[in-house]
Amino acid sequence: MLGTDLQQEAERQITICNACRYCEGICAVFPALQMQRSFVAGDIDYFANLCHDCGACYHDCQFSPPHEFAINLPKTLAGVRQESYGRYAWPAALAPVFEKNGLVIAVVAAVSVTAFLAGMIMWNAPGALFSAHTSPEGFYALMSHDAMVGLFGPVFVFSIFAMIMGLRNFWRDANAVRMVEGAAPASLWQAVKDAGSLRYLDGGGAGCFNEDDKPEDKRRLYHHLTFYGFLLCFAATSVGTIYHYGFGRVAPYAWWDLPQMLGTVGGFMLAAGTGGLMAAKKRRLPDLVDEGTKGMAMAFLLMLHLTAVTGLGLHILGGTPAMGLLLALHLGVVFALFLTMPYGKFVHGLYRFAALVRLAMAKRTGLKTKVAA
Amino acid sequence: MRSQTAPGPDVLVIGGGNAALCAAIEARRQGASVLVVEAAPKVYRGGNTRHTRNLRCAHDEGNEILTGPYPEDEFWDDLMRVTGGETDPDLARLTIAQSKSLWDWMNGVGVRFQQPLGGTLNLGRTNAFFLGGGRAMLNALYDTAEKMGIEIRYDTSATALDIEDGFFKSATVEGPDGPEVIAARALVTAAGGFEANIEWLKEYWGERAENFLIRGTPNNRGTILRMLLDAGVEPVGDPTQCHAVAIDARSPQFDGGIVTRLDCIIFGVVLNNRCERFYDEGEDFWPKRYAIWGRLVADQPDQIAWIVFDEKAVGRFMPSVYPAISAPTLEGLAEKLGLDPVAFAAEIGRFNAAVVDGDFNTEIHDDCRTEGITPPKSHWARRIDQAPFHAYPVRPGITFTYLGTRVNREARVLMQGGRPSANIYAAGEIMAGNVLGRGYLAGIGMTIGAVFGRLAGEGAARHVGN
Repeated sequence: MLGTDLQQEAERQITICNACRYCEGICAVFPALQMQRSFVAGDIDYFANLCHDCGACYHDCQFSPPHEFAINLPKTLAGVRQESYGRYAWPAALAPVFEKNGLVIAVVAAVSVTAFLAGMIMWNAPGALFSAHTSPEGFYALMSHDAMVGLFGPVFVFSIFAMIMGLRNFWRDANAVRMVEGAAPASLWQAVKDAGSLRYLDGGGAGCFNEDDKPEDKRRLYHHLTFYGFLLCFAATSVGTIYHYGFGRVAPYAWWDLPQMLGTVGGFMLAAGTGGLMAAKKRRLPDLVDEGTKGMAMAFLLMLHLTAVTGLGLHILGGTPAMGLLLALHLGVVFALFLTMPYGKFVHGLYRFAALVRLAMAKRTGLKTKVAA
Repeated sequence: MRSQTAPGPDVLVIGGGNAALCAAIEARRQGASVLVVEAAPKVYRGGNTRHTRNLRCAHDEGNEILTGPYPEDEFWDDLMRVTGGETDPDLARLTIAQSKSLWDWMNGVGVRFQQPLGGTLNLGRTNAFFLGGGRAMLNALYDTAEKMGIEIRYDTSATALDIEDGFFKSATVEGPDGPEVIAARALVTAAGGFEANIEWLKEYWGERAENFLIRGTPNNRGTILRMLLDAGVEPVGDPTQCHAVAIDARSPQFDGGIVTRLDCIIFGVVLNNRCERFYDEGEDFWPKRYAIWGRLVADQPDQIAWIVFDEKAVGRFMPSVYPAISAPTLEGLAEKLGLDPVAFAAEIGRFNAAVVDGDFNTEIHDDCRTEGITPPKSHWARRIDQAPFHAYPVRPGITFTYLGTRVNREARVLMQGGRPSANIYAAGEIMAGNVLGRGYLAGIGMTIGAVFGRLAGEGAARHVGN
């Protein structure tokens, strides 16, 4: 077993889990690890990304600290997961971004907001920032649609590409010794259902744990609000784009129109969900927290939360002199969010989804051991 | 010492495992006020229940978890088979009949069940597996107990019982705030057996007990059992007997639990520290024989032995907590084990020479056996000849003891002469010997604990109400 100290510690623990198996019904991690007798670094990263951090196994385990076997998978796998994001980052030179993630994202966000603000002031007539709300063009008076597309488009495309490359790296490592093949469409669909319902953030049906030993945690609900809120916001932008290019219908749209409705509902969900998740994170039982992972999660949640709040602010106060400032703020935050997407907590969803696909494939067709060339 | 000023609880429960909590919950349901004193700190609460994983219960139909019916008569036959009739038939029948209601009762107090674990499909019909294992089950029981207003004190042991002529008056308990006398109107003792009390085990096993490992809680020292017997309660069960299996010799002294077990004996041979085989490793299917190996190893010099197997066997049995010790040659392996390489290789050579080829099949009593050696290996014998070679060191691992307090159908303890105590009840391992006088049946400890725990709680509350 090669790998980092954390990967080796995780391997020590899951070897014990593999001998015990009491947690088999709790989540995806245990059935996955029970398919093997020995583990390499890529396996550990795969298990780490399958773990949804529900905390149930810690409270259910007869070997959790202070027992000398010291089993604490939620914390250990959280650490491995965080490390794995850096290992699979593309380009590899940007891997260190994961280490001081909170700081990097804060700086990127600040620079981005400042740049939008400065740009809008410099490119437009003096005072336009505070008078554009009266313009018939709405916020396009401050920044044209073409300028927005020209700026956001390339960043978006780059981020997507970088994340695809990261996924490739993850998949290669996960299949380095034992590989899965076949049943891909059915497995993809299974993973969509498992991820979409957060099937494994539920302690196997008993509920998950956060601040204490009671399975009354609401993170699953908050995550649903966050994820589906984000999707609705994304849908709002997509519908807007289709309106713009397909039908020549240009923003601003009326409150009842689809982009506005989707964006408003999604914005409230996203704001509430991320707020709930941040509060839950602060209350989390310290025993379960890998200190090194806190900054990244908080930074990502805060960026999503700000995206939602500034978006809603723009929606509500779009007709007031505050519109210009809010627009700069919103665009700055969204720009920073997209730019840092491949280098922050956002990637957890991608690797977890890929891990769920791999598990579904392994369950259907088994693991095949690669023969050394 | 502080004496209690406020009135004591109606029912005092000593112990904090499955039986204790079932008793506490049942007594509270009947309206009694209940105090539970658990010797362990909160994180280790629940004694050996922490290490359990399922509950055996009779049922006439399968359900979403239990794969088929398990009629009472079949349960009875199973119990007779393992105990060889060493049971109180009346209490055994009662246990089995009452086990039928446990599925619903456990669900009602928040315990969740799951499909049988990998490698235990043979138990899927008869045993209900706790989702997340015994500690998860305990967490549900404690949660329910707390919500019902049952007071629970951790780190609190009973150090003396004031019992007069079979009537319980008060208990001295020692907790974080010092000693205290607690009077209660009824007492439920559910404090386990004495397997963690090496001195006590030595009374029957001599110095050999120094080399025993205890698979469960260090708190089962039999303190309460001893107090009850000293107070004139009639004992039940053979005091010299305990359930002993062969576990990894590197395991912790206490609480190593399930992961220290080794299921590979039928795949190899077992040698003592004189490099001699001493028992037929292929006598019968492993589940039928695993519980004899603790005793067998206890009878070897220094109470240690090694399971030796070759590369052919790797991956064929359940993994365990520590890796096997491996070497490319038999002599090299013997050196790593601290054994005489010449004698070690010679014994394996003798075994290999005696192996008769056959069709290896662990699903049946196959025809792979030895000829001309003592002891023989009757089934699954294959030459140990494919490097690398592997070994696990094993020592006796004690699961539980059989000595207990005799009880009646209400879980009330019986005094010597057969008269029931007025207000002392017992449940769980402390009285399991009434039903399981010998042997072991997977999940029956939890059955006895839950059935008699409920009876004890009900009985204690009824006594209080009268």
